[in-house]
Amino acid sequence: MTQATEKRELFSPGHTACSGCGQSLAARLVLEAAGPDIVIANNTGCLEVFTTRAPMSSWGVPWIHSLFENSAALASGIDVALRAQGNDHTKVLAFGGDGGTADISFGALSGMLERGHDVLYVCFDNEAYMNTGIQRSGLTPFCGSTTTSPAGKKSMGKHEYKKDMPAIVAAHHIPYVATACVSYPRDLQRKVKKALSICGPKYLQVLVPCPLGWYHKPEETYKVGKLAVETGIYPLFEIENGEVTRVQKIKEKVPVEEYLKIQRRFKQLFASEEGKEDIKKIQEYADRNIEHYGLMADPVGAAKNE
Amino acid sequence: MKKVMEGSLGVANAVRLCKPQMIAAYPITPQTHIVEGLAKMVADGNLDCHYVNVESEHSAASVTLGAAAAGVRVFTASSSQGIMLMAEVIFNIGSIRLPIVMVCVNRALSFPINIWNDQQDSFAVRDAGWIQLYAEDNQEATDMIFQAYRLAEDHRVSMPVMVCLDGFILSHAFEPLDLPEQAQVEEYLPPYKPIVKLDPENPLTMGVMGGPEVYMEMRKSVQDAMIDAMPVIEEVADEFKKMFGRGSAGLMEEYRMDDAELVILSMGSVLGTVKEVVDERREKGEKIGVLKLRCYRPFPVEQLRSALAGIPKVAVLEKDISLGYEGALFTDLKAALYNTENAPKISGFIAGLGGRDITRKTINDLIDMAKSGAEGTTFLDTAKEIAYLGGVQ
Amino acid sequence: MSTNIPALQIARPGSSRMNKTGSWRTYRPVCDLETCTACTTCVSFCPEGVIKVNKEDKYQVDLDYCKGCGLCAEVCPVSAITMEREEQE
Repeated sequence: MTQATEKRELFSPGHTACSGCGQSLAARLVLEAAGPDIVIANNTGCLEVFTTRAPMSSWGVPWIHSLFENSAALASGIDVALRAQGNDHTKVLAFGGDGGTADISFGALSGMLERGHDVLYVCFDNEAYMNTGIQRSGLTPFCGSTTTSPAGKKSMGKHEYKKDMPAIVAAHHIPYVATACVSYPRDLQRKVKKALSICGPKYLQVLVPCPLGWYHKPEETYKVGKLAVETGIYPLFEIENGEVTRVQKIKEKVPVEEYLKIQRRFKQLFASEEGKEDIKKIQEYADRNIEHYGLMADPVGAAKNE
Repeated sequence: MKKVMEGSLGVANAVRLCKPQMIAAYPITPQTHIVEGLAKMVADGNLDCHYVNVESEHSAASVTLGAAAAGVRVFTASSSQGIMLMAEVIFNIGSIRLPIVMVCVNRALSFPINIWNDQQDSFAVRDAGWIQLYAEDNQEATDMIFQAYRLAEDHRVSMPVMVCLDGFILSHAFEPLDLPEQAQVEEYLPPYKPIVKLDPENPLTMGVMGGPEVYMEMRKSVQDAMIDAMPVIEEVADEFKKMFGRGSAGLMEEYRMDDAELVILSMGSVLGTVKEVVDERREKGEKIGVLKLRCYRPFPVEQLRSALAGIPKVAVLEKDISLGYEGALFTDLKAALYNTENAPKISGFIAGLGGRDITRKTINDLIDMAKSGAEGTTFLDTAKEIAYLGGVQ
Repeated sequence: MSTNIPALQIARPGSSRMNKTGSWRTYRPVCDLETCTACTTCVSFCPEGVIKVNKEDKYQVDLDYCKGCGLCAEVCPVSAITMEREEQE
């Protein structure tokens, strides 16, 4: 890279993300970790819309958007084209939101993973279709109220649990799968760097709280994300070649109510006996994560704690 | 030197001679023989190219888009439902202005599922901002590949080109084909030089969101570029003819149209049968000619007007239908000639849908009906009665 | 070289800077520089990427773009930043 490239601003302000947007923060952190020698393919979604309204762009790296569901396929083509031109240094990243990743581009993502492209796919998970106005996606959590899974007299919100994308992706036997949360910037950036040091397909799913869709205060983006991790609702882990190799330990388990009560998308759970039953189910879900990934810190040593 | 080979293999060899650096494709009948041929060439080391086996046609087009945006020459091919699944990407490629070459091996659309030939698939994406060329025979289909790359990559054009050839009738037919030498191809087709590409040394944002304040200008620029491409389409065809000593004119070609009182306008492989029947009827003293339309988009309005000026009757023969209206080419031609002086009387004929044979009798019937002044649209060779569920129509 | 591809089709790095999102702000971050330890936590968490911190000047925010989300105040480990209502102009 030339000197001019090294000094370039990678993600410029002036973008139109909502105040306190977790995704805009995560995108900036990913770019800073990945550096200037990258190409990004981006699905349609908030990130694409708030960064590229013609004639403006926030991107200081080569960036392309085509459709809602084809960033993984675009990235596959970019990977091949760069290598065909003898470029073996530029890293290729594909970006998508949760709906764009787990629902509509499920096939394209699976194809990219199966073909073994040297691409890091980053799913910015804000747990609903926020760009179109907070509709339910496959990654919306159990009981999350959205405009298409609204809470009402006969419903507590989404009836189904969150699709386990990291496990599905890991089943492709790719070298690196990880989850991260924007409330842990250094951990997120470490994972980006680690992923980019590995050749082949990589998947990183980042929890990005959305003040608009989760109905929390903009300044609470950090707190909400932290609680998602500390309750066990959003486990942070790394899977390398099929093995869980590292997890973000929880020092003191926080009850899920603490996470749920500061987001109005869950307020229905606190208004009835039925809701309380569902909170129990969410606690069981978090506890299962804690057990499955071994999230509780060793009370004595806690040596591996991040 | 001519060699007998299947049309699909002719096309595959033409693609090989154009040296694409990436091919992405998903199998669908009757496109398969082209992409299988290319896969084998790559496997045998006869083509230095990355062959990407994708999981859907949507991704075939998308991978192609990504690779073209990153600066390499690419190829893909599809048919029918594949074109439909690609449609979203096809429109995107058309307006993002990447010089992608794709072959559409024409096949009917479902329902009922039908693998045989007609041209409803490519017609369905005619509004996508792609140049669409239709081949009459396999030599033309093969030669069109070279022309398509030259055209797409010409900086005065910079748009994708779809080469359409009739499924089975051409793709699976064996004919003697003349393939040029590599050096000749390289003389005709310069190396690909992208106008913009994804490059960390010069980072650009491609595929921006355009609001009401810019969208119309961006759309109009594609329309202008389409219209401006017409002389270049003629130029690359003429130069091909000069260099290789064969080939058709770029936009359209007249056949025995001098003094004609009836002209049959059509596209693709059916033109062979049409020309044979016209020859026979000419021998009987009937003044009939043929106008082969080679380029459907951009639609050469001025050229059609001048070619058909003073012709009393025109019959449009096509293998597509805009359900709820009529054959799309029929509509287009009528619109092109509307408000012109001495506009011909135009009759529309739909034939060959879903692979039904278009025979000499079909063409003879068409001529008889057109001569006697058939009105509107006629479905040729169709059962007179269709039985309906419950027995009530 | 002139082409027929509209200039609007391509956007350039840094061009979003023409959109001054500071006008969105209702609350402005104000840092007590005596308390600030220049730890840079706020730098990491600014969604706009417009906070700069160095040992001498400590906390500096580009108010042309700061949307006033308050995340910097929220994450500050020494509570040096407070959110103060913008004056009506």
